[in-house]
Order: sequence, then structure tokens, then C-alpha cells
Amino acid sequence: MTPLLQVILVVLGAPLLVGMMRQVRARLEGRAGAGVLQPWRDLRKLVRKQPITPDGTGWVFRMAPLVLAATALVAAAAVPLVSTESMAGVSDLFAVVALLALGSVTLALGGLDTGTAFGGMGASREMTVLALVEPTILVSVFALSVRADSTDLGAIVGYTAEQPLTVVSPVSLLAAAALAIVTIAETGRIPVDNPATHLELTMIHEAMILEYAGPDLALIEWASAARLSVLLGLLASLFAPWGIVTAGAGVVAVLVAMVVLVVKVAVLGALLAAGEVFMAKLRLFRIPELLAGSFVMALLAVAASFFLA
Amino acid sequence: MAGLWRKIRNTGRVAEPTPERTETGSKAPELGGSVQIRHVDAGSCNGCEVEIASAFGPVYDAERYGARLVASPRHADALIVTGPVTRNMEVALRRTYEAVPEPRMVVALGDCARNCGVFAGAYGVAGAVADVVPVDVEVPGCPPRPEAIVEALRGLTGR
Amino acid sequence: MTGSLFVAALAVCVVTTVAALVVPSWLRSAVTGWGTAGGGALGVAAGASTLAGGRWAAWLPEVLPLAGVRLSLDPLGGVFVAVTGGVAVCAGIYAVGYARESGRVVQATLPLFVASMLLVPAAATVSTLLVGWELMALTSLLLVLAEHAHRAEVGRAGLWYAVMTHLGFVAILAGLAFFAAGAGGEAFDQLRGATLSPAARNVVFLATLAGFASKAGIVPLHVWLPRAHPEAPSHVSALMSAAMVNLGVYGIARVGLDLLGGGPQWWWLVVLGVGALSALFGILQAAVSTDLKRLLGYSTTENMGLVLVGVGAAGFFGPGSALAALALTAAVLHVVNHAGFKTLLFLSAGSVLRATGTRDLDALGGLRSRMPYTTVLFAIGALCASALPPGNGFVSEWLLLQSLIHALPSSGVAGAITMPLAVGVIALSAGLAVATFVKAFGVGFLARPRGSGAESATESPPSMLAGMGTAAACCALLALAPAAVLPGLSAILPGAPAVSGQVALRLNGVLGTISPVLIAGSLVLAVAALLAVLRLISTRRVRRAARLWDCGAGPMSARMEYTATSFAEPLQRVFDDVLAPESDVDVTPVRESAYLVERVRFQARIPDRIEHRLYEPVLAGLKAVGRSARVLANGSVHRYLAYGFYALTGALIVLAVLR
Repeated sequence: MTPLLQVILVVLGAPLLVGMMRQVRARLEGRAGAGVLQPWRDLRKLVRKQPITPDGTGWVFRMAPLVLAATALVAAAAVPLVSTESMAGVSDLFAVVALLALGSVTLALGGLDTGTAFGGMGASREMTVLALVEPTILVSVFALSVRADSTDLGAIVGYTAEQPLTVVSPVSLLAAAALAIVTIAETGRIPVDNPATHLELTMIHEAMILEYAGPDLALIEWASAARLSVLLGLLASLFAPWGIVTAGAGVVAVLVAMVVLVVKVAVLGALLAAGEVFMAKLRLFRIPELLAGSFVMALLAVAASFFLA
Repeated sequence: MAGLWRKIRNTGRVAEPTPERTETGSKAPELGGSVQIRHVDAGSCNGCEVEIASAFGPVYDAERYGARLVASPRHADALIVTGPVTRNMEVALRRTYEAVPEPRMVVALGDCARNCGVFAGAYGVAGAVADVVPVDVEVPGCPPRPEAIVEALRGLTGR
Repeated sequence: MTGSLFVAALAVCVVTTVAALVVPSWLRSAVTGWGTAGGGALGVAAGASTLAGGRWAAWLPEVLPLAGVRLSLDPLGGVFVAVTGGVAVCAGIYAVGYARESGRVVQATLPLFVASMLLVPAAATVSTLLVGWELMALTSLLLVLAEHAHRAEVGRAGLWYAVMTHLGFVAILAGLAFFAAGAGGEAFDQLRGATLSPAARNVVFLATLAGFASKAGIVPLHVWLPRAHPEAPSHVSALMSAAMVNLGVYGIARVGLDLLGGGPQWWWLVVLGVGALSALFGILQAAVSTDLKRLLGYSTTENMGLVLVGVGAAGFFGPGSALAALALTAAVLHVVNHAGFKTLLFLSAGSVLRATGTRDLDALGGLRSRMPYTTVLFAIGALCASALPPGNGFVSEWLLLQSLIHALPSSGVAGAITMPLAVGVIALSAGLAVATFVKAFGVGFLARPRGSGAESATESPPSMLAGMGTAAACCALLALAPAAVLPGLSAILPGAPAVSGQVALRLNGVLGTISPVLIAGSLVLAVAALLAVLRLISTRRVRRAARLWDCGAGPMSARMEYTATSFAEPLQRVFDDVLAPESDVDVTPVRESAYLVERVRFQARIPDRIEHRLYEPVLAGLKAVGRSARVLANGSVHRYLAYGFYALTGALIVLAVLR
């Protein structure tokens, strides 16, 4: 039951999270901002617009937004956000990471299918970042899974929820820092990618989707928002699992858990948005250094989990 | 970082309060308060560009009404065209218009875009924007004031 | 039952060879193709029946002089027999249409090659193994050289292959001969019971490891692989890359885990280390490669590296532990999965090569509309090879990661240092594999053609598609229902199977569950739901075709597209220190002024650095020795007579002193 609830929450809430983050940025920049609901207005308009198939594109281009959004939906169902009761067989962390990677891959193929220079450029950069992010994710997962003796997300979150003191251990802190960096890289935020850029040569994510219009674009925009919410929610669940319910909880507890989740994700999103105001985008070839740094932190987390245990 | 933080705190909000609209309603109700804009410089002297940048800056903050500049015409609902359409830009402008998914609007921004302004009859000018693509909204001025630009955009978003 | 199936498989292959030599040329490819496929199918059946519990042993004293041939099938050998058979089925069906133009000897060698590969895992004595091994090397060498008359590189590739495979053979021969001498007999049963000193065991293990690793394409003995695999005909590439290299892994597992019965942990750390190194180096080279088949060849090195990580981990954990069972299951499952998708990929690459005449990704593209079936089939293979769900590679890599991750608390300091690094290496190679196959598929098949060959491409004949389709079906089965093969694979080890469950795979002994079917099903469900919702809420405006967004300028030409080289450029820059690319700019000014440029020539090359640093100095040294030896033979008869005289005198003096 709770996976379905989580999906509904992410479907409805993801655009609001993006709206909230834009609003935070706008306020910090002294502007008024378009309001939290603006992404929903954008999506409503996009689904009413005309879909376009550029010449020379084919089924890969058409399928990419659907698969991207589908992976985000499945990830939203599999990750323990509201409850540790998870989809057995899917909620494994490797599976979730691989699912999100599958989404990026289809979008990159969609970008390549257009045959434009920008599409290829975006795809190439996205794949480079993805390849470099992967070791950090898996090694920090390793560090976290040692305690719970499982890579099942529900088990990891459940263990941390039962032993709240482990949150302040070096393992958790190092892994949290590493995962935070890869979350930023995966979701294409500053300093890895600038979601608001208009300059094609600096784009990563945007460059791949320059040819998409109407409902296709709506799917991609929604999926990006959903991936961001799921990953922030996952960070919150892994490192601040308070309020999360276990299997068989009552309706009230679930409702409380949903509210707590919304608050946690909103706080993380606001922090991320505020951080973006203080930072500039890194040069593309500086990004590997950032990711290598996060990998070292993840390795240290594993070492800590063994030697400090 | 601390310096930037202090500056943010001391500056506070710089966006001016929302002015009253002279006319109500939206020219594009189907868009429902969200208008993505692709800007096309068809031969402008860049005076209008400065004013557009100002309209989307913190003081006038056109984004608060649901307008946003985007990088691709595929993502756009409206084109803002500035300058008289030069011969070199004529085909490009037409193609940009064709690249926008329907429903689509065109804003001719500035006197040059409306009627070629001082460049009327010049040998490199193909004509006004309306001679090349259908124009829905015109913003007069050389260059138009940011208030006028924001007012025209609010006419599209209806907010 | 098992035995008769196996003998029938060998017999069909041999009969096909003979038939291929006598039938008229218009019938030849059909005969060899279907014969090879039939032999392969019988091989699959023999392997499967072995895994189901069938045992078979035979002694044929009169086949080989002195030692005779001793064969036996046990589960470890059975897996490799079945995999070889499966690859042969696909390659055989494919060859019916693909190999029509090949010569008589080449076609006749194909079934013999398959027979030798079936023979190796069934060998039960050292001499039988070595005979099978050498037969396999020779037949595959003949097949690699099939197109030597058309391209000069084929000859060079064949030379590299011949030298490397025979150096490997020497290492195996030396190791196993030493082993047999110590054990007092050459039958595997005698070797198992042998008691050797630790030093002797080390020598045996390291010598055979070097020999078998060179066959498996493991770094730094991989140099033949990215040369030979691209130059062979594609169905042969598939057989070599999906079946033959596996036998290197078989050899390591057979000698190390079975005959020597495990060993000190450092053996297996070495195996794990070279495996991890191969995985990383192989996929890095693949990521920057622009030759489609060379890319696939390097990817083979990567996957064999991953398999060796599993084998090494299994040996490291020691026999009997649940983790060792899990690691070995993961390794063997990855062998099976790799065979499936690599067959599919090489056959698809052959289909592209047939249609376009080029393997250069920079000249491909636009095949999506011209070769729709090949495109879809290659896409399936690429998905599986990039270890993403719902592909089959994901399942085995998941099992491998689980075995490494659960090892941390129990495996001591060596494990605590090794395992995280191994996980990091696997993760990085998985990430790079994703980039590699996005490049191969996205640049090779999508968008618009970049060359005239791709422009005039047409779809391949049905028999080739059938061969590829069979491989794709196997991949799909392995991806969605790995439970169908897992019980068979766990028969390799005594004790409880490492993985159980039908829909969801459960690990035994450690926590972990994954359900490939559920992942695939929920993805399909999500896509369907999204389509339904979109249909419901979008105002049905008719989809419109439009020009590509070219920024309003002239039409986009194919030369503006991203190529494989440009796609890999960021990765190449990131891994600059490892890859050491070479570039070379040549500016020619016009005659009147040195400041006006007439022509700029730019050349970039990413050489195999190991070959560059490790092999070239040795080759140069050998060449120098050879050249200096020429001084001795200057053509003067007097001098040769003098040599004879000195030699005789020397021999007499030695004899006189010794007496």
C-alpha cells in the first residue's frame, strides 16, 4: 500500500519541490519569484501543446521520455520514503541506482537520436558524469549496508531508525557527504550542471532535451523533478530516518510519516537551492575532481565501518 | 560566503511591487499562466536586448508572472523578436517560428520590429516582423521601457 | 544419456567438417551452418543433462598414442560445454547466410573449432586437455586468418594471436607437466589426490594462471584479443569472444579450485587483482574505441575480468563458505550471460559489417531505419552488456556485488582493503560500460548515416537474423528468469545452492533479494500508466513533423553530428593519464607566407598502453638480437666451416674433460 502512496506523493509533490526551490533562489536573489505552483502550470501547459517529431528521429526518441518517467515512477515506489515496508526484489539499492541510470541512458539515446551536435554533446557529458558517479554511489552503499548486513533500502533505513545514534557515526557522516555530492551530480544541479542555463555549450541535461516539445517535454520535466525528489527523499530516509513507519503501521502514523517526509525533503531542497546561490558552476573538466573527492569519502566511510566497528 | 550572505540580508527584496494591469485577461488563455519565451534578435541594435535583460532582472522580475526565457524554440510558447528583420535573418526567423509547437505567439518588441523604425527602406532590411511571421502582440518604444515589456508579457500570461 | 549426447555432438561436428569439404559450394554454408548448430544443440543438451545430475566418463586408449583420450563430464565442465554449444547454435544458424562467400577450408574448420571447444571442458587428463587446447588454438587461428587475402591487418592479427596463444600453451604445458610429474600420473583424479610441496603448488598455479589468463584475454596478456577478434569473420568472433575465452576461466577454476583444491589466499588475491585490472583497463579502452568490433573485443576483456573477480573472491573466501558459493555462482552466471550478449553483439556487428562494409563507428549511423531488426537486436545486446535492468548482465553483476559486500565483516584486514576497492572497480567499469554501449548504439545505429556505406545499408537475410534472434531470446530468458539456470549452476559446488527462489531470487546465508521480473514488469506497467494518463489529459493535438532545430541556419548535415570519437572525448580527457592518447598536428603553410595556412592535418590515436610499454620494448629487443645474429652468418663458406670445426673441437674438449 505505501509504495502506491509514495508514488502519489512524488507525482504530486515533485513539481512543487522544484517550484519551492526556485522560489527560495528567487528570494535570495532579491526577486519575487513565480510561486511554488509555477512548475505545475508549466506542466499543464506543456501537455496541452502540440507534440513534435523532428525529421530523422525514430522510436528511440519517442520512447525516451516515457522510459525516463517510468524509471522515476518505479524508483519512487521502491525507495523507502514513508515506510520501510518496501517492494521486495526492487527496493535493493543497486536496483534503484541502476533503474535511475537506465532513465539517464534512454534520455541520452534520445539526445543522440536527433543527430544534432547539442544532443550528442549532452549525451556524451551525461554519460561521462554517470560513469564517474557510479563508484561513489556503490561504495557508499557498501559502507551503509555493512551495519544492516543488507543492501535492501528498507533494511538499511529500518536499522538506522532503530539505532538513531548511528546517524552521527563517521560512517554515516562520510557516506552522507559522498551521497549528497552524487545526488547533486545525478540531478544536474549546480555546481555540476546549471538547470537554468541558456548557453548550449555549458549544458549537460538541457542539451539532450533541446528537441523535445509538448507532452514529451512535460514528461521529461516531471521526471527530472521526480528524480530529484526521490533522491532527496532517499538521503533524508538514510540519514534522518525519523518519523518513518514500519510495516503494519496505522493510518495516522502513515499520515504523520508523509507530513514528516514532505518537511524533510522541503528542508533539503531549500538547503540545496540556497547553496546554489553561493556557488558557480564548475568547469566540465573540474567535475571529475569533485567526484573523485566524493569517492575518497565513500572509501573512507567503508574503512571506518570496518575499523571503527 | 559570509560576505555574500550579509549582502543578501542587507539588500532584501529588490523586486518592485506588482503594478496594476491596465487591461485584464489573457491573450493566450490556453497557456494558463505559463509562457516560455525564445528571444530572436532579427537585426536589433541591442537596445531592446538590454531592456529585455532588465525586464527579467530582479527589479522588474518578469518571471513572477509566469514568463521565462528558454534556450530552444521547441520549449517555447512565444517568440520575442527584436529589430527589423534583416535579409540574413529572414529565413532563420521563419524557421524559428516553424520550430515552435502550437499554440504559438509572436511578440514584436520595439519600433524596429513593428515597422523597421529608422532602418525602414535600408538595403539590408527585409521588412518588419509582421511581414515575415504573424505577430500577436506589439510593444512600441525605441527601446521599450521594461515596464512596457513586462506589461506585454503579463498580457500573455494573464497574471 | 549424457555421454551419448556429448559423443553425438562431437560426431555431428566432425561429420559436418567432412561434409563441408565434399559438398558443392552453393550448399556448403547451409551444411556447415546447420551442422554446427546441430552439434551445438547437442552440446547444450549434453551440458544440461550433466547439470541435471548426469555423469559420464570414457577412456579411449587407441585414439591417441601413448596416453589415450580420457573424457569425463562433471557440472563444472558441463556448464562450459552448454555455453559453447549455445553460442555454436546461434553462430551456426547465422553462418548459413553470413559465410556464403567464405572458402572451403574456412567453412570446414568451423565445426572442428566447435568440437575442440566442446572437448576441452570434458578432458579428464592433462594430455587430452592439451590436445584439445592446441586443436582449439589451431582451428581458431585458421578462422582468424580467413580474410587474410583481403586485408593486411588480418595477417598481423593472426601472428599476434599465434604467438600469444602458443606462449600461453607453453605456460600451461609446463605447469601441468610439472604437476603431473609431482603427482605421479596425468589423470585428473590422480592430480586431485597429489600431495605437492607449497612451492611446487605455487609454481603450478602461477604457470597455469598465466597460460589460461592469456586465453581469457586478461590484462596484461590480452594484446592478441583486440586484434584477432575484430579481424575474424563475425560468427567466428562470436565463438571466440563468447565461448573460447570462457575456457581460460574454466582452466583457472579447474586447476585452482578443483585439482589444487584451493590454495593460499594470496593466489586468489592475485586472480582478483588481475581481474579488476582487466575489467577497468578493458572497458576504458572500449570506451574510447571507435572500431565497433574492437570495442566489443575490449568489452570481452572487461567481462572476463569481472568473472575473474568472482572466481578470485570465491577462492579467497575458501571452499565451503556461503559467500564462496555465491561468488562462484555469480562468476559462472556472468560467463553464461556474457556468452549470451556477446554472441548477440558480435553477430549484430557482423550484420552491420555486411551491410555497410565498415566497422568504423565514425562512419556509421542511421541504421535504425535501414536495418530495423538488427538495430533492435543490437539494442537488446547493448542493454544486457551495460548491466542495467532489465538486462541479464545486471543480475550477475548484482550477485557479484552482493558476494563482495557481504564479505566485509568476516574476511579480515586483507578483505577490508580489497573488497571496497573491488566494488569501486566493478562500479566504475559498470558505469564506463554504460557509456561505451550508449556510444556504440547511439552513434552506430541512431541519427543519420555518417558515411556512404551506412547510407546504402540494407537489412540482413533471415538466417542471420534468426541466429541473432536466438541469441536475443537466450538473453531475454536469462534476464527475466535466471532462476531457470541458477539451480543448474549451483550444482558445480557441493552443498546448498547459493541462490534460491523463482520470481524473486533470494540469497542463502546472507540477506538479499532481487526480482528481475518484478523490475521489468513494474517498468512496463509504469510506461503503460504514463501512456494512459497522457492520453487522458493531453489535448489531442496531432503530432507534427518538423525540421531539426538547426538554430535557423541551413540544414544540418551528417558531418555536424557527434561521432564516436567526439562522444568519448570527455572520458578520454578524464582518463588522460591512463590512456596516454597520441595526437599529431601537421600544419602546412602556403609557399608565400609562413603565417598563412594551406592545410592542417590532425591525427589522433589511442594506442593500447600496455602493448606500447610492455610488449614493444621486448619485441624491439628480440629484433635487435636477431639483427646482431645476422653478423654471424655473412655467407662465407670458410666461416661456416670454421664454425663446424670450432664446434667439433669444443665438443671433444668437453667430452675429454668429463671423461
